[in-house]
Amino acid sequence: MTTKTEKLVIIGNGMAPGRMLEHLLEEAPGRYQVTIFNAEPRVNYDRIMLSPVLSGEKSYEQIVIHGDGWYETHGITLYKGHKVVAIDRIAKTVTSDHGVTEPYDKLVIATGSVPFIIPVPGKELPGVITYRDLDDVNAMLLAAQSRQKAIVIGGGLLGLEAAAGLAQRGMEVTVLHVMPTLMERQLDPAAGYLLQKAVEERGIKVICKANTKAILGNGKVEGVELDDGTVIPASLVVMAAGIRPNASLARDAGLATNRGIVVDAGMRTSDGDILAVGECAEVDGMVYGLVAPLYEMARIAASHLAGNSKSAFVHADTPTKLKVTGIDLYSLGDFADGDDREEIVLRDATAGVYKRVVLKDNRIIGTVLYGDTADGTWFNDLKKKRTDISAMRDTLIFGQAYQGGSPLDPAAAVAALPDDAEICGCNGVCKGKITATITARGLSSLDEVRAHTKASNSCGTCTGLVEQLMALTLGDRYNPKAVQPMCGCTDLGHDDVRRLIKAKALKSIPAVMQELEWKTSCGCAKCRPALNYYLVCDWPDEYADDYQSRFINERVHANIQKDGTYSVVPRMWGGMTSSKELRAIADVVDKFAIPAVKVTGGQRIDMLGIRKEDLPAVWADLGKAGFVSGQAYAKGLRTVKTCVGTDWCRFGTQDSTGLGIRIERFMWGSWTPAKLKMAVSGCPRNCAEATCKDVGVICVDSGYEIHFAGAAGLDIKGTEVLGLVKSEDEALLHIVALTQMYREQGRYLERIYKWAKRIGLDEIRRQIMEDTDKRQAYYERFVFSQKFAQVDPWSERVSGKDKHEFNPMAVIHKEAAE
Amino acid sequence: MNALSISMDAAWVLVGTIDDIPRQGSRRVHNGAMRIAVFRTADDRIFALEDKCPHKNGPLSAGIVHDGCVTCPLHNWVISLETGEAQGADEGRTSTFPVRIEGRNVYLDLMPTHAAR
Repeated sequence: MTTKTEKLVIIGNGMAPGRMLEHLLEEAPGRYQVTIFNAEPRVNYDRIMLSPVLSGEKSYEQIVIHGDGWYETHGITLYKGHKVVAIDRIAKTVTSDHGVTEPYDKLVIATGSVPFIIPVPGKELPGVITYRDLDDVNAMLLAAQSRQKAIVIGGGLLGLEAAAGLAQRGMEVTVLHVMPTLMERQLDPAAGYLLQKAVEERGIKVICKANTKAILGNGKVEGVELDDGTVIPASLVVMAAGIRPNASLARDAGLATNRGIVVDAGMRTSDGDILAVGECAEVDGMVYGLVAPLYEMARIAASHLAGNSKSAFVHADTPTKLKVTGIDLYSLGDFADGDDREEIVLRDATAGVYKRVVLKDNRIIGTVLYGDTADGTWFNDLKKKRTDISAMRDTLIFGQAYQGGSPLDPAAAVAALPDDAEICGCNGVCKGKITATITARGLSSLDEVRAHTKASNSCGTCTGLVEQLMALTLGDRYNPKAVQPMCGCTDLGHDDVRRLIKAKALKSIPAVMQELEWKTSCGCAKCRPALNYYLVCDWPDEYADDYQSRFINERVHANIQKDGTYSVVPRMWGGMTSSKELRAIADVVDKFAIPAVKVTGGQRIDMLGIRKEDLPAVWADLGKAGFVSGQAYAKGLRTVKTCVGTDWCRFGTQDSTGLGIRIERFMWGSWTPAKLKMAVSGCPRNCAEATCKDVGVICVDSGYEIHFAGAAGLDIKGTEVLGLVKSEDEALLHIVALTQMYREQGRYLERIYKWAKRIGLDEIRRQIMEDTDKRQAYYERFVFSQKFAQVDPWSERVSGKDKHEFNPMAVIHKEAAE
Repeated sequence: MNALSISMDAAWVLVGTIDDIPRQGSRRVHNGAMRIAVFRTADDRIFALEDKCPHKNGPLSAGIVHDGCVTCPLHNWVISLETGEAQGADEGRTSTFPVRIEGRNVYLDLMPTHAAR
């Protein structure tokens, strides 16, 4: 054991080194001072989930594994956008393309792989892209906006996911595949055929046995020419013809390389101080591209770095699954025909089901499942354990439910799995680990199980199994968050609708209803206001607010009362007012014979009982005194309540009134999922009652403690602390970013405390307090949307907008006839 | 605003044009002390109801118009524009008035066809 901290340098910041660090921090915390060079200008994210990002089912934010805060917390230096160009093994240093040189005691190479570019003329043309990282996805998304034609070269896992994503984004896609059937490395021809049919049903054209001769185009891609002379026009060509281990840096440094960087079972290269993990590593003649063996490499490497030299990498077959929604496909092991092999096949053409199990000496060596993959885990378990299946041979293909006695329901099938059955293939999590962790830690939500066991945390295909395990373990306490539809007009929940509005770039209520297959012709009073809010929030500059989809209060900018009259509340910034303002209010009350005047809980004045027809005239008089709408009717920013702070109070620690006014002036006019009330207290005595607000600030000597997620209505709940910041500027920045996060994720009418409970306080703190990039991005999006929101609705209506809301269409005098 | 004086024996009263009413919206006609809400649906059908929810007299003209119904702004009762009947589990009916369209002009027959219930 060394006494001083050793320097560990990692080249590459993909999933394998990320996982390795997690293990290392657990096994040998503080042993190494870690520096990472990442050629990509960002943190560590889940590369397997790029396809859902492409198709719009997930966002980049959702696939980040380690945010900036994680690196800070663990004292790790991360050079983003630095590509290492040289390793000096004698001096034991590495140097990046930006000229940074770092010494190392141990070096880990995790350079991953590079896409294989088929060597044809035209491969350099703009418009030819690969499918490897987020930049590629962004390039494809940009190209997809043109809604033109795309060609994907390669009918493997990656190529098909790219094709499905592009098709979902509105492009007309053709897949060119050089082999006779799709995914021939993972599927037998029969399953390949079924897959082709399913892909074609999605409107994607598939051409097999297609040899690309050249990519055509003048200055940019215009099409692809095949060997047989066929020319297919396209403005985008995606190369997904395979990957090659990226071993060039290691080769240049004189390390032993073959297809990849040659390592022993302990992940050590030919230089004992240098390890390699991930897709760039070649162990025992094999290179890997699926996540499970890469995570295993990460575990072994971490263990060696922590000083345990015994652990060794052992090859294991990894099941393959395709992440295209609606296509169920599972393949495992060796399924080639052979004299010494037997097979059991089940076909159900109508249901589109194909199952094949390949046996050798009465033991499973390979499985291909298509259409119904529920038994994949079970077959995998039998294969791993080399179980002799002769006793159940007659019913084997029907799956676990048919073994012994009557058919079992799916939950019972999961219950029957042994504790060591693998549930999550990506992360190597077995059933026993999941059930034990649920019990030991009292977990009750899928997200918690993901956080604590990593099961279902990568590709997500085992989510159903994990949920069944939760149901089994928790019994009645498990509430399988069944998606609650927005309303009777759709089966989609709020979150799905919000996601699809972004993914499909839907920018009007009719577009949402058309594209998302609304069951009613023009929605209802539940979904229309929600959709209107989501569209206002997501497309602040492009969406034209639909007033007919707003509740009356937001349509006429006053609060309807039980007798059909309205109440009016002008803004009093931070609760401060003046004799001039009070006099103007008194005059308005007299002039319009307003029957009731009341001081509100939000430190302003409410005038009640105003006739609808009088509203514009009332506002005109208030406007002359400098008043604007207090938006006391809005699902949006209401008031910022304050105490008098250092201006007057002998206990005040900061200028709470000033901060409150500043927040209110910055944020007024913004629409939020539900009303948003704030307060700023100048000291912990908390006279502004900030700790039961949606967002509150408690000023202290050392700065500003930001609170959120309080409630004092149907529910009573003290706030949670978001964090402490030092300056007023930072307080504003954090509050605005938090509000924007809530604006983007909240369900319509969901108050911030309910949203926070759903998302998790830690996640919110991580994004707002720790992740500087994210915080800044939220802030900027809010500022952008305010450009369109900060228009006083009262003065607009005084100037004549929406006259029809206030004036009768016709007045009929009956007395003329009487 | 169209200020009108009519004699009660004139069956149809011109109250304005279709274009005076926003799509999926409503305008009010003052008929003496009574208020009538004139609705225009997404597909430009016109309906007239007394501006009074059978539940607690909420102004239906201030509600959200959808699929041949209006949702009252006070307590979300849903009223059929065609019949004035409360939908779903709620019971009650608002008076309706026959509407005639000539060109873009909207005429109401001010004798209610269904009395309120």
